[in-house]
Amino acid sequence: MRYLPLTAEDRKAMLATIGAPNIDALFRDVPREAVVGRDAFALPDHKGELEVERALARLSSHSVAAGHVPFFCGVGAYRHHIPAAVDHLIQRSEFLTSYTPYQPEIAQGTLQYLFEFQTQVALLTGMEVANASLYDGSTATAEAVLMAQRLTRRPKAVLSGGVHPHYSETVETLAGLAGTVARAPVTPGRPEELTNLIDSETACVVVQSPDVFGLVRDLRPIAEAAHAKGAVLIAVVTEAVSFGLIEPPGAMGADIVAAEGQSIGNGLNFGGPYVGLFATREKFVRQMPGRLVGETVDAEGRRGFVLTLSTREQHIRREKATSNICTNSGLCCLAFTIHLALLGEEGLSRLARLNHARASALAHGLGAIKGVSVVTPSFFNELTVKLPTAAAPVVDRLAERQVLGGVPASRLFPHDESCRNLLIVAATETTSAEDCDTFCSVLAECLT
Amino acid sequence: MTMNPVGRPTVAGSAAPASYQTLSGDRGLDHEEKLLFELGRSGHCGVDIPNEQISDQHLGGLRRCGPVGLPGLSEPEVVRHYVRLSRMNYAIDSGLYPLGSCTMKHNPRLNEKMARLPGFGDVHPLQPQQTVQGALGLIAELMRWLTTLTGMPAVAMSPKAGAHGELCGLLSIRAAIAARGEKRARVLVPSSAHGTNPATAALAGFTVDEVPAKSDGHVDADALEAMLGPEVAAIMLTNPNTCGLFERRIAEIADRVHKAGAYFYCDGANFNAIAGRVRPGDLGIDAMHINLHKTFSTPHGGGGPGAGPVVLSAALAPFAPLPLLIHDNNGFRLVETRDAVAADQKPFGRMCAFHGQMGMFVRALAYMLSHGADGIRQASEDAVLAANYILASLKDTLSAPFAGPCMHEALFDDHFLEGTGVTTLDFAKAMIDEGYHPMTMYFPLVVHGAMLIEPTESESKESLDRFIQVMAGLAKEAKAGRVERFSGAPYLAPRRRLDETRAARKPVLRWMPEPVSKAAE
Repeated sequence: MRYLPLTAEDRKAMLATIGAPNIDALFRDVPREAVVGRDAFALPDHKGELEVERALARLSSHSVAAGHVPFFCGVGAYRHHIPAAVDHLIQRSEFLTSYTPYQPEIAQGTLQYLFEFQTQVALLTGMEVANASLYDGSTATAEAVLMAQRLTRRPKAVLSGGVHPHYSETVETLAGLAGTVARAPVTPGRPEELTNLIDSETACVVVQSPDVFGLVRDLRPIAEAAHAKGAVLIAVVTEAVSFGLIEPPGAMGADIVAAEGQSIGNGLNFGGPYVGLFATREKFVRQMPGRLVGETVDAEGRRGFVLTLSTREQHIRREKATSNICTNSGLCCLAFTIHLALLGEEGLSRLARLNHARASALAHGLGAIKGVSVVTPSFFNELTVKLPTAAAPVVDRLAERQVLGGVPASRLFPHDESCRNLLIVAATETTSAEDCDTFCSVLAECLT
Repeated sequence: MTMNPVGRPTVAGSAAPASYQTLSGDRGLDHEEKLLFELGRSGHCGVDIPNEQISDQHLGGLRRCGPVGLPGLSEPEVVRHYVRLSRMNYAIDSGLYPLGSCTMKHNPRLNEKMARLPGFGDVHPLQPQQTVQGALGLIAELMRWLTTLTGMPAVAMSPKAGAHGELCGLLSIRAAIAARGEKRARVLVPSSAHGTNPATAALAGFTVDEVPAKSDGHVDADALEAMLGPEVAAIMLTNPNTCGLFERRIAEIADRVHKAGAYFYCDGANFNAIAGRVRPGDLGIDAMHINLHKTFSTPHGGGGPGAGPVVLSAALAPFAPLPLLIHDNNGFRLVETRDAVAADQKPFGRMCAFHGQMGMFVRALAYMLSHGADGIRQASEDAVLAANYILASLKDTLSAPFAGPCMHEALFDDHFLEGTGVTTLDFAKAMIDEGYHPMTMYFPLVVHGAMLIEPTESESKESLDRFIQVMAGLAKEAKAGRVERFSGAPYLAPRRRLDETRAARKPVLRWMPEPVSKAAE
């Protein structure tokens, strides 16, 4: 077995040093009846690298890869071009195979990039501080709600109907334990009335922009309404590239920003691993979940970085911790931070504008199809169109013709009749003009 | 001086030590590296993207007013920055990583390659399901391996890390108890447990009661039984436990827990000791998370991403969270909403968006296929053998609270350092100078000055011998009173000890531009 360095001779010599007659003697504490043999497992024996590669490549070929066909899916996961340097650098052994940086003297590489990551996230969101990432956008949103409940000592979370329903369900699962979650109705293409749901029991209002239908929302009136009632505004962003073009939540009164960072540096990966961005105001930092990296000096006065404020965390505080989180999304935030370093100010701005241009062209093309109308008056790189018929079967027909034509809103909101004919489509810099033309013409054919 | 015909010296230079300060601040291959924000300038860019001009027509009046404030760098500058940073990190690829409870084993590169196959890495989570049959098939195959290896009937795949898996397990338990029409508010957690256990129980809305450990490192089964009652929802037990011991009375404990109407949650962090040899399902366990980044070698990546699927007993399986993966005549299908589930399923909710850590699933399955059931068993045996070899070789030089045999980690305490003026922390930092990552320290909490060493199956005998020699040598140095070697350590790392108090007292959590007045000076 190529991964196991010990030989039969080694094992014999080691058992002799231990003074054990055989390996079974080392499992002495395991009750005899609990030990099973090889035949208890209906699983194959070990395989060579070539065989494994063949088996998995065969399985992989049973999926349609996004890059092989015209592709328009979004809704919280976006296909962007990732510079080659990103994937090369994250696979350097010293990043890929290192542990959590609990020994800062020999983990400055990880700690420094996390410090830089925190700075980037704070800048993008327009907030004062950010943590070293959470699992993904949905769990970051749930953690934000829990944090708001701690900050305000109030139980109720008000969720906009424009929040990605998977995010809302994640919030309900977690924040519904000790509090209540009120979900506003779904109003595709326009902001809903949230103010009347905010009361003196409300800990937070959660609003996503661009929302799940792609609509860009002005957070300022909601921030005002939330603050007037002593509640916290949580802004959710599922497309991080939008930070390059849209006014950041921090500038619109958000108190906590929970975002999905996948679209910078990370591939689609069928939904994970992704990277949750989490930013807030400095005064709330001690109620923040997750790891934080801080600057300090070493014994010789040189600048260095350490994990800090860990008295919030589970390994110190146990049941009194702010969260049970014991991990961040290390390698995914490395990919994020490298990609963003390559983009820089100018690159991000260009990328965001290009995305918007491609989505605008898509909106134009789709809107020109008979019976199809765009329902989101504002958008970044994703928008919703209304078809003259139910969207889900149309998406299946498009797939049969090798076009991955977006996500039917009914997959997300199966009970909402107003969503039945709605199709959510995204375009990025990877969407070519030909892809767009193909999509429009095949869709037109599917509708006739 | 001896020279060749063109005047180049042909002998090595002076043997005097080079302790001088360099002009650059760098030292040979050890480069200092500024922050991105100190390196970048405006106008530079590491990508070539067309400069598209757009109208504000569709932006809802919300176009960004000011710059983000990101630095600009070209690609070579960015590459150099991260390569230099990487060289300040220890890694399993460069040396033994004896972190107890963390299972830092070899990360095969095949797994990385497989995760990047387009049918796994380049598929969208909400593509039509007929177009992702390969990706769903991979998840189903991994589920088969996990349930077979653990002897459990079901597995929830979406949890994104071990602690997230713990939460998933406890929420399943909470739902099962509610479905019985009961209310149980307490969870029992041994004093030796990982910090995530009590933190998770509290997050899931339970009150935590601590179960004491006995002096032999095992959980006090009698004390535990006395604590059971109609208020107790579950016990969370790590097995093998954090002292590196298999809980001998586990089946008996499970029995008592079930008789009291409670559920048995097992922390699967230490599954690497028993995989392929013991099935947790045979021990009466109701839920156990599996850290794919430990037992099944998906890379730790400097602290993530992990993956924590949870295997569930028949009693808990109906409450598994959405989405569910089913197989029918049309192939694989994800059930994503509550109303679409079968009548006997009552999912407690959703752990996260989409379907879990696919990228980690591919890596874990590549590892499993490579090892096979025979190799997984051999890996566990080698891991246990290596730990016992270390325990046997060092127990007379260091001090071991429990005689052994141990499972896959060897536990030492600081008894051997008594009177030397050297602490466990000092000892660990001296290991850095010797080229090793320190072992897990001060955990488990039930042992004074704990040093928990988990060598894993990835080390050769030569590597283990060298490690043992260095550890014994350091113990000898400490006992000989060479305190300064320890108290100031590390001397040879990219940084000396860092001031953590200062970092926490006035937190600096981000780079800030210099104030204009100061910059102008």
